[in-house]
Amino acid sequence: MRDFDTIVIGAGHNGLVCATQLARAGQRVLVLEAHGEAGGLARAREFHKGFKAPVAPSSHHFSPTVARALGLEQHGLKLAPPAPFTALAGDGTAPRVVRGETLAGASVEDAAAWPEFRARLQRFADALEPSWHKTMPRIAKGPVKSLLPLGQVGLRLRRLGKEDMREFLRVFSLPMRDLVDEHFEDEALKALLAWDGLIGSRMAPRSPNNAVLMMLYRMASQSHCAGTSLIHALGSAASAAGVTLETNAPVAKILVAADSKGQQAAGVRLASGEEISAEQVISSADPQTTFVKLLGVQHLEVGFSNRIGRLRCNGLVAKLNIALDGEPNFDGLESAQGRLLFAPSLDAIEFAFDASKYGEYSEQPVLEACVPTLETPELAPAGQHVLSAHVMFAPHALRAGWDEAAKADLAARALAVMERSAPGLREQMLGHELLSPVDLEQHYGVTGGHWHHTEFALDQALMMRPTYEAAQYESPVAGLWLCGAGCHPAGDLTGMAGYNAAQEVLA
Amino acid sequence: MSEAMQTDPYAGERLKESPFHPRQAALNLREAWSSWNGYRFAEYYYDPEYEYFCIRNGCGTYDICPMQKYRISGADAAAMLDRMVTRDVHKLAIDRVTYVVWCNDEGRVVDDGTIFRLGEQEYMLTCGSPCLAWIRKAAYGYEQVTVEDVSDEIAALSFQGPTTCAVLKRMGLEGIETLKPFGIRRFPFQGGELMVSRTGFTGDLGYELWIEKDRGLAMWDALYAAGEPYQIQPYGEEATNMARLEAGFIMPDMEFAEALKTVHFEHDQTPFELDLGWLVDFKKPHFNGRRALLEEKERGTRYTLTKLDIEGNKPAESSWIYRDRDCTKQIGYVTSAMWSPAAKANIALAMIETEYLDGPIWAWIDYEKELRQYGKVARCTVSKRAFWAPPRARATPPPDC
Ligand SMILES: Cc1cc2nc3c(=O)[nH]c(=O)nc-3n(C[C@H](O)[C@H](O)[C@H](O)COP(=O)(O)OP(=O)(O)OC[C@H]3O[C@@H](n4cnc5c(N)ncnc54)[C@H](O)[C@@H]3O)c2cc1C
Repeated sequence: MRDFDTIVIGAGHNGLVCATQLARAGQRVLVLEAHGEAGGLARAREFHKGFKAPVAPSSHHFSPTVARALGLEQHGLKLAPPAPFTALAGDGTAPRVVRGETLAGASVEDAAAWPEFRARLQRFADALEPSWHKTMPRIAKGPVKSLLPLGQVGLRLRRLGKEDMREFLRVFSLPMRDLVDEHFEDEALKALLAWDGLIGSRMAPRSPNNAVLMMLYRMASQSHCAGTSLIHALGSAASAAGVTLETNAPVAKILVAADSKGQQAAGVRLASGEEISAEQVISSADPQTTFVKLLGVQHLEVGFSNRIGRLRCNGLVAKLNIALDGEPNFDGLESAQGRLLFAPSLDAIEFAFDASKYGEYSEQPVLEACVPTLETPELAPAGQHVLSAHVMFAPHALRAGWDEAAKADLAARALAVMERSAPGLREQMLGHELLSPVDLEQHYGVTGGHWHHTEFALDQALMMRPTYEAAQYESPVAGLWLCGAGCHPAGDLTGMAGYNAAQEVLA
Repeated sequence: MSEAMQTDPYAGERLKESPFHPRQAALNLREAWSSWNGYRFAEYYYDPEYEYFCIRNGCGTYDICPMQKYRISGADAAAMLDRMVTRDVHKLAIDRVTYVVWCNDEGRVVDDGTIFRLGEQEYMLTCGSPCLAWIRKAAYGYEQVTVEDVSDEIAALSFQGPTTCAVLKRMGLEGIETLKPFGIRRFPFQGGELMVSRTGFTGDLGYELWIEKDRGLAMWDALYAAGEPYQIQPYGEEATNMARLEAGFIMPDMEFAEALKTVHFEHDQTPFELDLGWLVDFKKPHFNGRRALLEEKERGTRYTLTKLDIEGNKPAESSWIYRDRDCTKQIGYVTSAMWSPAAKANIALAMIETEYLDGPIWAWIDYEKELRQYGKVARCTVSKRAFWAPPRARATPPPDC
């Protein structure tokens, strides 16, 4: 039987980060990936002959700490300054563009409100930044020392001064709508500013919960890189560190050595039947997959298993990839750089969300798109392009079921929304593919096709992520760890969950 | 309209009646009804002491229809139960019964009950109060297990006392005398099947009879016809409580508070505190609460449920337990107490701080005499064994049968 120090399940970006860290610390690490290629949701996949696209096309806040720790620059990763984020209202008005600290296209009043609004949120984001990199304390157990990360965040918030501290406590659980309504008047701009609190979550502008916190998470370290180049650099760093990567190697079971002394993760069994042993197994698969499918509840406590079972994992984002004959043109834009938002108002987002509450998608979906071929031309034949869109809100449990007709219909609606700002788009279209959350679940092995593997909300955040007794990357079964997006801090291509998990394993 | 007026507006609120109710109602001379799990249920029928003596010297029946019964079946049934309870379920053979407790994740007792292995992949779990929600939780994640509440489908009668075997034989249950304790046997009965287990809650010779509910009355009549010369008598909750205390069995809401119902942290108990450590099988690599119970075992148990033999004859109900005669250092409390006619002793179960078990133990007993309150201090002696455990309870065949 082959034997390793550590087996990492899944070669998504978090699995690769974790594996590389451990290999650099001298461990013999095997990464087992179900699919033919590494990358997880950032893996490019052919959706139309000659056209490829990842589900997650770009990263906007990959952790510089992780990049440094893994020496990713030497492996070709360039963290560029933030890309523009542009609201296209579809009504002929000029685009509103946010790029880092700058705002263009806004009314005089909104432009005046912007610097202070932005600076204050950035101060909050900076104060919180270290906490995303730290293991959260255990609830009601463990040494007092483990409370330090929280204490440090508290201290950093205190250091912001009384006024900021009070403001932070006031706004951190506000609905995005209340926050932006206080400062701005232009609907399209407000939608743009609220968006990063919402995308990927079961949250709309009027939802009180974790939206502001999610936005601050995304503001913690702004940068830009293409998902595919990130995966490329991570793959190269992993192999340089001596990580063994095996693709087409789906793990069927996590093996547990069980005797009167208790239980200990002992390795894995692949779908092929091969068993491989290891001192520890680290899973980047989502928590439900890891605990219920791969481990099995017979190794877990009843209460714990049920907490895992009731994690909210139903995704609400569909992926629409379009193969284009040429570079698309958007009203008022010289080029489709960065991210484009097709949500004319906060109400448009709210109404689209409303439909999803009742198991439907909206007649007027809202969506964020980009043209990844502008920075990664290899994804399409020369001169041709890919448009990649996140379509919200597309419930995993669509009442009528996700058949081909439903997907074609949602794709047509999304296209119609974009056409309001890109009249020639339909003529450039060579083909398209819409991946519903059910498709994402099937193709990428993520329960519910959820962006964050499981909802990022107050009850599933920080020391409650994914649930207590598994929130420190360690699981109730000795030797089994988690390192994917379902852990603290959350999803997105940031590398932090994988990095934090490796730190814990090595601690 | 008139039809609506005729329907009982409290229909859903009224107590259910067990399949044996017509016979039991006729024998409930004192109309001493209370309720158990929504069933009308007898505190006693005639006189609790008389019924108690029937259990100890003759035979009596106790209605266990209100007891909760769950059929748990499927390829994963054994694994699911084995993870849920602290005992090794894989060791349970077909047609055998075992006494079990199950705990929450923190190792605190949710309930106790019995598991009947009815077939290769079929089990029945019985317990005193509804537990379906927890069992369903315990079944989460197992693909091949079905949990059904069959509480209302089965007519079940506990039949206890030294003459029970003879009565069952007289009823026509051929070979019943060879049924061993915790064994199950099936007999044809009027075109159906009567299941008999040698189980009970009295610490004496006894059986439990299980039959589909529509045949319940016919079974009752056959049993009472056979038992007539033995003065068969139904008994209620009070006699049961006396008999079980002599046998050293625990009762919910007396010895323990079900962990899912307590509000205060540690107002519930662990198996070790209930002196049920023998049910906790650490040879199993995992079961619910194992980690917490292992920690407790290493750390030591704060309280231990203890059998006490108390001087005098005043039952020590609700008494405080002290380390010294002057009652300055309180070390525990009594959970159940009575004068035991069978043991001729003043007995009690008490929760006592484990570290004081080896030293002197005193009880402060409040009692009443013709409306006047008195109090006294009484010396207690720890009893390692049950106050009532006659050899006939375990003998196969039982004596006189
Ligand atoms: C539609 C959509 C769009 C998104 N867009 C963006 C975006 O633009 N920017 C951004 O930052 N984030 C985006 N995200 C979120 C981001 O993709 C995820 O949060 C991130 O990929 C999580 O990374 P991970 O490494 O934890 O898990 P994943 O990327 O999900 O990787 C997990 C890996 O584990 C493998 N695996 C699972 N089970 C097994 C098994 N049994 N055996 C072997 N391997 C297994 C899977 O095949 C997969 O490769 C998007 C998410 C969705 C759903």
